Order: sequence, then C-alpha cells, then structure tokens
Amino acid sequence: MRDWLWLIPALPFAGFLVLALAGFRMPRRAIATVAVAAVALAAIVAIVAAAWFIAAPPTGHAWTQTVWQWFAVAGFAPTIGFRFDALALVMAVVVAVVALLIHVYASASMDKEEGYARFFAYMNLFVASMLTLLLADNLLLLYLGWEGVGLCSYLLIGFWYEDEANGRAAQKAFIVTRIGDVALAVAIFLLFTRLGTLDLAQIGVLAPQTWTRGDGAVVAAAFLLLGGAVGKSAQLPLQTWLPDAMAGPTPVSALIHAATMVTAGVYLIARMHAIFELAPAAELAVAAIGAATLLLAGVSALYQRDIKRVLAYSTISQIGYMFLALGVGAWSAAILHFMTHAFFKSLLFLAAGVVIDALGHEHDIYRMGGLRRALPTAFWTFLIGGASLAGVPIVTAGFYSKDWILSEEWTAGRGGHWLWAAGLVGALLTSLYIFRVFFLVFFGAQQRAPVIDRRARIHVPLVILAALSVVGGLVQVPRTLGYLPLFARFVQTALPAGREAGVGLEAGLELVAAVAALGGIVIAWALYLGHPGIVAALGRAPLAARLARYWSSGWGFDAIYDRLVVRPYRWLARVDQGDVLDEPYRGIAVAARGLNHALSRSENGKLRWYAMGLAGGTAIIVALVLFA
Amino acid sequence: MTSVFYVAGAVALASTLLVITRASAVHALLYLIVSLLSIAIIFYQVGAPFVAALEVIIYAGAIMVIFVFVLMMLNLGPRAVAQEHAWLRPRMWIGPGALAAILAAEVIYTLATTERADTAAALVAPKQVGQSLFGAYFIGAELASLLLLAGLVGALHLARAAEKGEA
Amino acid sequence: MVPTDVALALAGLLFMLGVVGVLARRNVIFILMSIEIMLNAAGLAFVVAGARWHQADGQVMFLFILAMAAAEVSVGLALVLRLYRQWSTLDADVPSSMRG
Repeated sequence: MRDWLWLIPALPFAGFLVLALAGFRMPRRAIATVAVAAVALAAIVAIVAAAWFIAAPPTGHAWTQTVWQWFAVAGFAPTIGFRFDALALVMAVVVAVVALLIHVYASASMDKEEGYARFFAYMNLFVASMLTLLLADNLLLLYLGWEGVGLCSYLLIGFWYEDEANGRAAQKAFIVTRIGDVALAVAIFLLFTRLGTLDLAQIGVLAPQTWTRGDGAVVAAAFLLLGGAVGKSAQLPLQTWLPDAMAGPTPVSALIHAATMVTAGVYLIARMHAIFELAPAAELAVAAIGAATLLLAGVSALYQRDIKRVLAYSTISQIGYMFLALGVGAWSAAILHFMTHAFFKSLLFLAAGVVIDALGHEHDIYRMGGLRRALPTAFWTFLIGGASLAGVPIVTAGFYSKDWILSEEWTAGRGGHWLWAAGLVGALLTSLYIFRVFFLVFFGAQQRAPVIDRRARIHVPLVILAALSVVGGLVQVPRTLGYLPLFARFVQTALPAGREAGVGLEAGLELVAAVAALGGIVIAWALYLGHPGIVAALGRAPLAARLARYWSSGWGFDAIYDRLVVRPYRWLARVDQGDVLDEPYRGIAVAARGLNHALSRSENGKLRWYAMGLAGGTAIIVALVLFA
Repeated sequence: MTSVFYVAGAVALASTLLVITRASAVHALLYLIVSLLSIAIIFYQVGAPFVAALEVIIYAGAIMVIFVFVLMMLNLGPRAVAQEHAWLRPRMWIGPGALAAILAAEVIYTLATTERADTAAALVAPKQVGQSLFGAYFIGAELASLLLLAGLVGALHLARAAEKGEA
Repeated sequence: MVPTDVALALAGLLFMLGVVGVLARRNVIFILMSIEIMLNAAGLAFVVAGARWHQADGQVMFLFILAMAAAEVSVGLALVLRLYRQWSTLDADVPSSMRG
C-alpha cells in the first residue's frame, strides 16, 4: 500500500493534464467523467490506504514513499516523496472525499457554463496541489503544493474573467496570500540554513536538539511560518482577500475557500508543531490572532447581505477557532475541527449555491425568503449545516469539535480563560449570524419564485455532507457523554497530546457552550422572525448605522490597507516610471529612431545625390589605399 | 613633337571645361566634339593611330551625333536655356568642385611619386591591335558585340514604348 | 616621347571635370555628356599606358570602352526620351520617388 501513495496526488494531476490538453474537444459528459473519476480514484486510494494504516499501523506510525530525487546541489537533495501519517491521513481523506462530492455537484451546477473543461482542469489541478501539500515529506514539496493551490485559487476566482471585478478579486487574493508566501519562503530558508534539512520528520527531531526554548532563531522561524499560515488561511491581518474571493463560482468557494486551501495554514502550523513548541511567543501570537480573528469575522458576518460573504466571514471565523486551538497546544482539537468544518462549511456553501441558482444568481438574503417548502433539500441540509456550525449539542459534529477546543482553552495556562471567553462569545455570534441567514432565506414571504433543480448530482452530495455533518464528530466523544477518544488516540501518533479536563469541568463548560449556541438561535429567531421591528428600530440610530457600515466592510481593513499600502505603492510606481535605470533602455529606442530619421533623409531618390555618394566614397577609398 | 601633345592637351582641358559650364546643350555638345578631336590628336602623338581614327569616326562621329539627334528631337528652345541659367548658380559648384579637387590631388600625388617614363618611340600598328583583339582578347570582342546587341534591343524597346506612350 | 605621367595626369584632370559635370548639372543630357567625358578620359589613360609599354592591350581596351559607351549612350538617351515624355522635364531631381 505504501507504494501506491503517489497515486493520491498523481491521479487528479493526470485528470488535469487530460482536460488541459484535450478538454476543449471533449463533450461535457466526458469532461465531467474524467474530472470526477480522477478525484474519485484518488479518494478511493486514500480511503483504502487509511483503512490499511489504521488496521496495521507501521513502525514509526508513518509510511514514506520516495518517488524520485528532485535535484541535488551541493549536498541539498530534496526528493519528491510522500509521507502518510495520522495527520496527513485525516486531512488527505477529508480533502479527497469533500472534493469528490463537490466535483459531482459542480458537474451539474456548472453545466451551462462556457469553459467547462477549463473549470474542471483547474479544479483537478487544485486537488492535486492540495494533496501534494498534505502528503509532502519535505518543506520544498510542500511549498510547491502551497504555490499550486494559490495559483489555482487565482485561476478559479477569476474564472469568469470577462468581468473585470472578478479579475481584481483574483489579483487581490493572489497578492495578499503572496505576502504570506514570502514569509513562508524565508522561514524555509531559515530552517534550511540552521538545520540543514527540509525533511519534515528530520526537522521534528533536529529542532529540539538544535534550539532551546525561546531561542531567537526558532522564534523567528515560527513567526515567519505563522506569517505564511496567516496569509493562506485568511487570518488577521491578511484576511481581506477571502470575502472578495466569493466572486468565483460556488463550488470553488465550497472547495477552496471553505474546506481545503484555507486550512493549509492550519496544516502547516500543526506539521511544524515542533518549531512552535520551542517558541512560546509565537504560540501566544497564534492563539491571539485566532481569537481576534474569530471575533472580528463573527461580527462582520452578522452584517453581510450577500449570503456567500456571510459564509466567507464564517470561514475566517472558524479558522480562527482552529488557530485558537493550535495556539494553546490543542493540535488534535484543531484538526478535528478542520474535519467537521470541512463537512459543514462545504455543505453550507453548496446549499447556498442551490438557493442562489434557484433564484437566478441572486445573492442578497434580503431578497430571498420563504424557500422552505420550495427547496426542501436545501432547507434541511442548510439547517443541519448551520446547526453543526453553531455547535448544537450532541446531534451535530460541530459540537464535538468546538467543545473540545473550548475545553482545551479553559485548561490552558496564561490567559486561557480569556481565550475561552473569546471562543464562547464567538460561538454565540456564530449561531446568531448563521441562523439569521437561515431564517431570512427559508422563512417569511417568498419574494421570488425559485427554479427547482431536481438532478441527483445536486442533491446527493448535499445529503451525504449533511450526514457527515451529523456523525462526523462521533469519533471524539468526550467523557461526559461516554468516553470515545478515537480521534485523539489516533492523531496522537503524529501530534502531541492535549490536556484533558476532569468530567465535572467538562460538563460545566459544555453546558455554557450549549447555552451560547442555543441562545444564539433563540435570539436570531426573535430578531428576524418573531419581532423584526427591533432590528429596524436599532438600525435607525445614526451611530448604529455607522457601526453597521464599519462592521459590514470587515472593520475597515480594506480602506486602511488601501491608504497605507496600495496608494503609496502606486504613487511610487508612477513616480519611478522614468528613473535612471530606465533611461538607457529608452535611450536605445530614441537613438535608433533618431538614426533612422537621419539615415532616411540620405535616401532622397535624387540621382545626383547618389552620384555624389559614389564620388565621395571613391575619394575615401583611394585615400585609404594610398595613405594607409 | 611633344609640343603638339601639350597644345592638344590644353585644348582638350579648356573645351571640356566649357562643356560642363554651358547653358545651351547644343553648344556644350559642340565643345565636346572639339574635346574629342583633341584627344584623337593626342592618341596619334602617343603612337596609336588606330584608336585615333576610331575616336574620330565612332566617338565623335557616331555617339555625339546620336546626342545631336536626341537634342533635336527634344526641341528644347530658349526656355530650356533660361532654366539652365537658373540652375547654374556658383553655389552649385562648391561641393562637386571640392570633391573633384580631392580626387585630382590624389591622382597627381600618385603620379608624382612614380618614376618618370616616356612612351615608346615606335607606334603600335593597327595590325598589331587586330592580332591582339582577335587573338588573346577574342572573347572580349565577342562580348562587346553581345553588349551592342543588348544595347540595340534595349534602346529599341524603350524608344518604341516611348512613342506609343505605354509603360 | 610623350611623358607618361603628364598624359596620365591629363586623363585624371579630364576625368575630374567629368565628375564635376555629373554632380553639378541638373539636366540629364549634360549628365550623360559628362559621363562620356569620363569614359573618354579613362580610355585616354588606357591608351597612354599601352603605348608606354608598346603593347596593343591599351588600344584593345579602348575599343571595348568605345563599344560600351556606344551601347550605354543609346540606351541612356532612350531613357532620357522616356523621362521627357513622362515628366515633361529634363531635371534629374524630379524622378525621386524611390526615397526612404
């Protein structure tokens, strides 16, 4: 089985090659078949590998397969190699399965689009890059996958490139994540120069040996890695690109900007846990960023009108939870939350996609309403997804993962209580904003008649994801509900264990969290269904209106960045247009033109002029012969 | 008898100078004929009677006559003379004069630095020329005749097209 | 008996006068005449050189020059006639459309 690891990223890559080279000539069915089959086969291989791995764990709890030597320069010899351990296994299986379901959905929902082949080529390339990133055994290959997903994100956000706004959104995404990518690259350089290797396993071993806790170099490396993760995962301060990235098609948002690419940062930090454990300042920064982001994004989500933007801010907020967990050393909890989030967030996006398509590309939730009877699948799946997101107790997967994070926060030292409080407020905000959307979209009066799509390819993935959103958390049942820490035990082979709280403490924390979640639902019902006048009354106060504007624009980050960074840079570029280094190049062109002008004056078509030229030339040549 | 040579040389130079400075084309042609005749005398002095005769018969007698015919055909008249006067500004002579002076200086310099030698006393008889022409330079003679044929055909074509006014 | 260098200098001077005529005159007939002057001067140089070595080669060369001059004059004057018919002028500066 170990020898088949390379197939997991290779199969989608093969799908990409086929679609890129021959896709424009293939009929739609064939394109969809190739794309879905590539991801399906990869998913099957991943699941089989996972099953084998769980049944018969190898020594060292990891399979490694080296496919070939990438290059060898002065003792630096990275390989194309894959490492399959518990962490990679979980993430790869989740990514492959979710990607498969989204591909199936997209094969139906993107049916009417131009560029069908292009879309699926990019999607397959994305899946291949993401799996490469997850399964890479060295940082260089990981960086390759990292860049690959960034590229595909750009290509897919700007998929409808004829509209300039989409292109700008894609550019913004690419440039902002680039800042993070640079930080990651510098981190890789730093690690290589200090440790002499980029192999992930070896880094894990060498880092504690080379550095003491709090050493300057390792703290720098950790902060740089954090910078990279922050860019890709859209956390403070680089979160501005994700809401605009909703300009892409809905399956793209579901796959890339909810379930997979944005969690690459989480994976990176989890993978590099050895580095972070040696840099407490960085860990604190991770947790602080996570807490700040989840609150900031949660508040912003409350004020959005576009259904996809709500989900975008929700994603930012939930990844904030994952960062929060990583920052206090709850590595496994973060990964479990990644898994459940992948299920329910992609479900929410796909259900939102159904609603959007049914109403003819309508994104504004205030123009939707009363779709409960008309779109039953969307209604129930959105309900399940939303409940899972809010963390409704026991019956949803989100409850288990979010709760685990919160209990880890409480038991962390150094301000853990504050982090817990932030997480709790975030939970309240989460259920508030998602149920705001739920009530506004599916209840109330119908404003527009929906066009119903009955295709199985649309409904089946929704149902499967809904099922996963319910049962996905049952792999980690806490003590209060019967103890079943399957997930923790499994992932501990790759990540350090977290802390375990006592049963009583756990029960208390769970109760408080449940109250927050359910309370949010109740408040949302009250505000948006029961007594809608309250919101209107609140909105009339001038301060409230300004605050609403401020929060709905994501706390004004776009405006700040525009003033601080974009404008000065543009000014600099404009001022520097004709600088000293440009002049030689322009000078060459000017000289060429001038020479042309001068020489063409000498070609005036007059006979005597040419005769003069002959005579003059003769004089010179004779002189040369005589005197030289 | 080298004095004849010097006189003839002076006449040639003077008449050539007059050729290039006349306003009327016919006058210039006549001066050119004088120049050619003096060159023929020089040929005779140098001991080449054959080419002296040829110079008179063909060069002055045929080629210059063609010129005269064409000038008569063009029928230029006093307007053309006036135009030539307008074109013959002194300013026009500066550039060509300078260039020619440079080239002449080079030629004179070269000649001054070579050894003096006189031409042979005996002349080169026409028989000798004939033997050389149809002996060693036979192919040249044939090619010259081809050239004349080409010139004939070309002139015929161009002139006929000119008469009919086609391109 | 005739000093060769003086004769060759004479030929050179005549050639120069021809060059001046070609460059300074605008009337194409005069340009052609100046070309004839140049050809004649070259022929003079050849004949003098041949006489200096008492060989027929100089005169043979002059014969070739003569033939060439004849052909050139006939074609050249036919062209002059065409020029006159097309542009109604004998100005050499007028047909200058092949300019860069």
